[in-house]
Amino acid sequence: MNALTHNEGLALRAPAVDPLQATVPPAAVAATAAAAAVAPPRARSWAQGLGLPLQRARQMPLALWLAWGVLAVVLLWAVVPGWFSSHDPLVGLAGQQLREPGAGHWLGTDALGRDVWARVVHGAVHSLSGALVAVGVGLVAGTALGLLAGAVGGRTDEALMRVVDVLLAVPSLLLSLTIIIVLGFGTVNAAIAVGVASVASFARLVRSEVVRVRCSEYVEAAFGSGGRFGAVLWRHVLPNSLTSVVALAALQFGTAILAIATLGFLGYGAPPPTPEWGLLIAEGRNYLSTAWWLTSAPGLVVVAVVLAVNRISVSLSGARP
Amino acid sequence: MSAWQIWRQRLLRTAAAEPATVTVPAPADGPLLEIDNLQIAYREADGLRTVVHGVSLSVRPGEVVALVGESGSGKSTTSQAAIGLLPDNGQVVGGSIRLLGEDVTQAGEAQWRSLRGRVVSLVPQDPTASLNPVRTIGAQVAEVLQLHGWRDTAAVEQQVVELLRKVGLSRPELRYRQYPHELSGGMKQRVLIAMAVALKPALIIADEPTSALDVTVQRRILDLIDTLRRETGTAVLLVTHDLGVAADRSHRIVVLRQGRVQEAGETLQVLRQPQSSYARQLLADAPALSAPVLRAAEQGDAATATEWAVQVQAVEHHFPVPGQREPFKAVDGVSFQVRRGSTHAIVGESGSGKTTTIRALVGLLRPTAGQIRIAGEDVTALRGEALRQFRRKVQLVYQNPYASLDPRQTVWSIVEEPLRNFAPLPAAERRQRVQATLERVGLAPELQQRRPHALSGGQRQRVAIARALVLQPEVLVLDEAVSALDVTVQAQILRLLETLQQQLQLTYVFVTHDLSVVRQIAHTVSVLQHGKVVEQGTVEQVFLHPRSHYTRELIAAIPGTRSIDFVQSHHHPEETPGLLQPLAG
Repeated sequence: MNALTHNEGLALRAPAVDPLQATVPPAAVAATAAAAAVAPPRARSWAQGLGLPLQRARQMPLALWLAWGVLAVVLLWAVVPGWFSSHDPLVGLAGQQLREPGAGHWLGTDALGRDVWARVVHGAVHSLSGALVAVGVGLVAGTALGLLAGAVGGRTDEALMRVVDVLLAVPSLLLSLTIIIVLGFGTVNAAIAVGVASVASFARLVRSEVVRVRCSEYVEAAFGSGGRFGAVLWRHVLPNSLTSVVALAALQFGTAILAIATLGFLGYGAPPPTPEWGLLIAEGRNYLSTAWWLTSAPGLVVVAVVLAVNRISVSLSGARP
Repeated sequence: MSAWQIWRQRLLRTAAAEPATVTVPAPADGPLLEIDNLQIAYREADGLRTVVHGVSLSVRPGEVVALVGESGSGKSTTSQAAIGLLPDNGQVVGGSIRLLGEDVTQAGEAQWRSLRGRVVSLVPQDPTASLNPVRTIGAQVAEVLQLHGWRDTAAVEQQVVELLRKVGLSRPELRYRQYPHELSGGMKQRVLIAMAVALKPALIIADEPTSALDVTVQRRILDLIDTLRRETGTAVLLVTHDLGVAADRSHRIVVLRQGRVQEAGETLQVLRQPQSSYARQLLADAPALSAPVLRAAEQGDAATATEWAVQVQAVEHHFPVPGQREPFKAVDGVSFQVRRGSTHAIVGESGSGKTTTIRALVGLLRPTAGQIRIAGEDVTALRGEALRQFRRKVQLVYQNPYASLDPRQTVWSIVEEPLRNFAPLPAAERRQRVQATLERVGLAPELQQRRPHALSGGQRQRVAIARALVLQPEVLVLDEAVSALDVTVQAQILRLLETLQQQLQLTYVFVTHDLSVVRQIAHTVSVLQHGKVVEQGTVEQVFLHPRSHYTRELIAAIPGTRSIDFVQSHHHPEETPGLLQPLAG
């Protein structure tokens, strides 16, 4: 059951590790075996010096910078949509149906004459808050489960991890659909459903981190100096386990936006005429051959946000000490 | 044929013709390795940081030169430069390195490849990390030969087996097919030595070759290097932090500190008449070389129960072995008693059960059988809240101050935490007690808000001691508490522990593998082997009249008690009391 946890860890750290492994100079390998024996501890510095091409090193921060930029703009859309668009996202303009993107309407209008740009901007708040709720549910519930399993160990651990196994075995979209049918349709319910589907991966990751920290000497020392179980968990185990969890949360944020859009597209999320991104794409589907902008515009926005969040997540996990 | 090749051939011919000539001082043929005013800097984010400031040294054929210094002294960097293995952000910014007369300061990788193995080779520090776990021993040693042009498979195998035999591995044919995990640490180090000597290099650089090994193993490995050196005439550059090892094994010593040579000269000269104040301090701090007064234990046989702070009776601890009915007895009937206010040392090598014993002592593990009483209270019977309350009486200080402090806490909150765990003291009183404890262990006030990563090893260990002391325990258990520290820092911590004992009437149980430290700090000793006590008594009894063979072996393994071959002839121990003096003579 640890294999999966391990994979998650690897997936998170992979971008930081790969270039290092790829760039150990062949000279090091060719040195005598005895001499080469000192090589491993220096792999990192070798990679920093020779391996990483300079231009790539410069591009990386640029991409990260862009990612933060995208996220900042989308956040502003969510907070102050009025700054970006003067049109009403819900009221159509008579006689301006299905206009192509142009000067009056940057991204054109839909079948009811509503400005697509305005709908995308106003939709940000639904998608982002939905993703936030989803990640929040996953993070809190998953961390609690993982902490309990990892810290208590024994039968509790076994039982909880078997439940997690079951959750992981069901495709997450199917799981979300099941939950949403129980809870009823709606933006918040869709978000909760997506969140519950991510509890398992959070629990797995947190458990593995907790087990690692739990074995460290400073935790034993804390018990040795008279710490009670709860206090030690709160003061030492939890703070030291959370670094990679934060990275996973960022990654899940992107996935959640995607999952919420998927549910919206399938009609399980926000009801029309809410300008939720997934719903926008679903509504534009009927006009795919005549009005490409109805699906492409919100689709590209979703892609951009998810990519940006993933990039930020990678940088967070790479920053681990 | 280039000049260095001629040099080398001449040298190898000499070595082959006269394999045992090395006891006489090296021929005035010119040095093998000559480092002149070497300066090395590391590229860092904010520019170059020079770590070696003009080090000069030379190694003549057949000679052992010890490069001694604390961590951060630049000794490893210097030795890495001498074999062209500087980390990639390191560069030589001044001075020169000459190998066999050839300037290799700016040598390229191709040139180094032809030198490494044949002319100069390396015995690395950590034998566990230095062998490829998925290849057999034989394949790894054979690789050295194959890389240097050996093609005949049968000849290679024969040569490898011969090499393995030469480095003292039993059943070399079997070892040839084994994997690294099937060998002990000492055996792995022998394999690495076999790799280093495979091509009969003129110079071996041994970078702390034994610091990861037990003392008796350490001694055997150093003996092996000595023997090989004598047989083949190879010179050795021995990098070590242990002045005792340097004293035993080298002809000449070079003392480094902060990238500068503090002292250089004949070993005995340096040991007897150190010129620099740093070398004098290092000598005074080296537990193996200073002649401490043995601490006499009070010999009252009518000790009442209240006088014993710690009583351990027939403690056993078993670990189940998967697939076997017989459990592994990590601790097998250990008993000892410690008088209040005295220090009891538990000595043993890895696997002797000393760690398991003390974990049972502090209540972190419940022994399978036996009784442990701390200040009259039976630890093994305690559970739950009673066990938690008991922790005020006995505190553990860990070996590794890097792992035993929470990286996210400040010094202040680390020391404050035990108080918060117990009696709800008013904040003002708590602050006062933390303050007093920090002062007692000698931590400056400006360190209080730092986190462990911003502290030195010695400072961290002081924090760990402060955390243990803040609860005012009666017994302090120190698990190899000074083993990870440099000698000077080690001496400071030992002095601190002694002062604290006098001031607070503390009882120490001091676990260590280093007998020279025991001599300095302990009143009574238990020697553990395979989970059993093989020797017990006062320090005086155990050191001067050891009864068991194992104790004698341990005492003989203390570095700094012998001297290298030809130095022996001018060696008059009575002239320098304490220095190089045989202990159990």
